[in-house]
Amino acid sequence: MNRYLLPLGVFAGLVLLLGVGLSLNPREVPSPLIGKPAPTFELPQLHEPQKRFAPAQMKGTVWVLNVWASWCAACRDEHPVLADFARSGAAPLYGLNYKDKRDDAIAWLKRYGDPYAASVVDADGRIGIDYGVYGVPETYVIDKQGVIRYKRIGPVTPAILKDKIVPLITELNRG
Amino acid sequence: MKAEEVTRYSILVLTLMLLIGRPAWAGEAQPVAADPALEERVTALATELRCLVCQNQTLADSNAPLAVDLRNQIRDRMREGASEHDIIAFMVERYGDFVLYRPPWKATTALLWLGPVLLMLGGLAALFIRLARRRREDAAPALSSAERARVAALLADEPGAEKR
Repeated sequence: MNRYLLPLGVFAGLVLLLGVGLSLNPREVPSPLIGKPAPTFELPQLHEPQKRFAPAQMKGTVWVLNVWASWCAACRDEHPVLADFARSGAAPLYGLNYKDKRDDAIAWLKRYGDPYAASVVDADGRIGIDYGVYGVPETYVIDKQGVIRYKRIGPVTPAILKDKIVPLITELNRG
Repeated sequence: MKAEEVTRYSILVLTLMLLIGRPAWAGEAQPVAADPALEERVTALATELRCLVCQNQTLADSNAPLAVDLRNQIRDRMREGASEHDIIAFMVERYGDFVLYRPPWKATTALLWLGPVLLMLGGLAALFIRLARRRREDAAPALSSAERARVAALLADEPGAEKR
């Protein structure tokens, strides 16, 4: 009896370890940018290229930056969730149009609706690299001091919006 | 008859594709760097870094658009005079330790580094314990001297034992 106890224990431990491992998402790389100032940029806006947008303009406001592209299928899945979020008016939503063609991007927004206060054009993906983007869509919550407080890699789901993003914005707005 | 036509058309289309396609393919060739020494440095560093999109490929191996962009970043920065160390810091700042194929020694990576050693030590310990136990079992006298005498007497009494 006793001689089986040890292997059984080792086996149970392995099952537990591998079980936990399976439930983790290897795509979700913890971002080193959380708690760091959002990288600065100044980029032309999608609809009005003569106007420029920089994160510095958002000082004093909690806001959300969403990285999107017309070629990104998951962005289409995410789109209604962002539209709901924009409608709720919890925080201003800005888009970073990542490695896209201007005409395609504008057509995409026309077709599906434009939830963004404004989108800026990151045609060559340089700013995306500064933000550690590797899987569009990605979403950042940035606080009043311009510090990144949350990052979501992949589409925002209604559950994440309700349980993570909106409560965080409320908390940040209070502080 | 119909099959023949299909074949003829396919050949025609394929020939056309070959004729038309050539300039397009030529355009897709990667620009060969003017500076092979720089290119070597870029590749050497890129093999140390993980492609975030494919995760089990290095930046050097991957053809994902992001990997191409990051290789270009490495090249640009090296051209500007950045060292390997600077560029690794640049990558880690954005993508975390995960981009490194050789993770740094940290509290959170201690198990990663020590895991194989611990497993081997555990295995060796189990082996030694087992061997020691077996040696003790072998060394232990299986029979007391009284029992031995009895065995000898029984064997001597056995018919046929004497004949041999």
